[in-house]
Amino acid sequence: MEEQPSKFRIKDLDLFYGDNQALKDVTLEVRSHRVTALIGPSGCGKSTFIRTLNRMNDLIDHVRITGDVLYEGVNIYADYDVIELRKRIGMVFQKPNPFPMSIYENIAYGPKIHGITSKSLLDDLVENSLKAAALWEEVSDRLHKPALGLSGGQQQRLCIARVLAVEPDVVLMDEPTSALDPISTSRIEELIFELKKKYTIIIVTHNMQQAGRVSDTTAFFLNGVVVEYGDTEKIFFNPEDSRTEAYISGRFG
Amino acid sequence: MYSRQHFDEALDALNQEVLTMGTLVEEALRNAVKALVDKDIDLADRVIQGDTDIDRQQLDIEDTCTVLIAKEQPVASDLRQLVATLNVLGDLERIGDQAVHIAEVMKRLYGEPYMKPLIDIPRMAVIAEGMIHDALTAFVEQDPEAARSVAGRDDQLDALHAQVLRELLTYMMEDPAKISQGINFLFLSRWLERTGDHVTNICERTVFLATGKHVTF
Repeated sequence: MEEQPSKFRIKDLDLFYGDNQALKDVTLEVRSHRVTALIGPSGCGKSTFIRTLNRMNDLIDHVRITGDVLYEGVNIYADYDVIELRKRIGMVFQKPNPFPMSIYENIAYGPKIHGITSKSLLDDLVENSLKAAALWEEVSDRLHKPALGLSGGQQQRLCIARVLAVEPDVVLMDEPTSALDPISTSRIEELIFELKKKYTIIIVTHNMQQAGRVSDTTAFFLNGVVVEYGDTEKIFFNPEDSRTEAYISGRFG
Repeated sequence: MYSRQHFDEALDALNQEVLTMGTLVEEALRNAVKALVDKDIDLADRVIQGDTDIDRQQLDIEDTCTVLIAKEQPVASDLRQLVATLNVLGDLERIGDQAVHIAEVMKRLYGEPYMKPLIDIPRMAVIAEGMIHDALTAFVEQDPEAARSVAGRDDQLDALHAQVLRELLTYMMEDPAKISQGINFLFLSRWLERTGDHVTNICERTVFLATGKHVTF
């Protein structure tokens, strides 16, 4: 594996929903400025895992977590302000979920909450974020129209722009294209290539070809366990574990 | 939990097509050398004409692979099987061409008495045919050990080729009138030796298919 500083170090992570153990002894490192894909059948723990990285699971009752999640060396479950953490580690969801407000306000909302009030600063942030999310050219003449009037693919890019506006370090994506058509999907994938220059990206996907196309590293989850984790090329060319091979080649799952 | 049965069946059918093409190639080689030994010009013509079928089969199987890649988007060992098959087809097609060359030499020599009885060249042909057969079996069974063992037999062809070369040299030195035919025989031996190299390529592809690793035998 090519040497890159690691952004996350996860060690011996167990996660329980009540009595049900959803993650078992997960240990892996996520490299900086790389795209890491999490794959596996439904219910294997990949979404649960991605949600531990910005403590989204805190919002669910009866969740118990043991083990370490170190973000830049700091244990986010011990020493971290959750609001600051989620600013640093943004998230994009399966279904585009723009706020019921204008395109401009969707982007400006986060920076405003974090204390930015200058109109010119906000204007710049909105423009730069929309440009970084490859949406600016399509919406620059209707920034004050409702975001819900955009197409699904545009809404999802808006959600990405909204994440970028608070200047995160990591972008988590939970099946970001599963509700989109192929053209919108490929625009998001192209965007991911651009974004990884600046950000560390972790993406959950059910689409094997997508994992193969966009990611540098792939983790295969099964029943809460990381079965195989390594370079995407290796996983798709010659996986070590027969269960990985069976899953990526569509023999089960 | 099992799925993709349809795709597995298509991959099995692909292997059967490769075996069928291999059988044609083996036959072409056997018949070319038989035509030479028996001075059977009709059989030589049939080998030359039959090469069109081998070439067509190569393209058909190639298309099957291309369509499977496009439609099934294979990964891991499925993908390696298709890539390895495309390479194996090229080697089989080349062996078919060697058989044609042998048949053409037979026609060129037709009517001339041979300067010596043909002993080593038919032996080389038998070894080469056996290697083709066993190499393709190892390929479809994805058996790297069997492939390694078949590749080892290439040494026998190399040794026989060296022996034929030495022997022909003595004949040609003794009598320059034999040089023309001697050179033709030399080529025959050389093509049979090359067949072994193509089979060795197939064996290397079998290891690649089974393990994902490139080896050189």
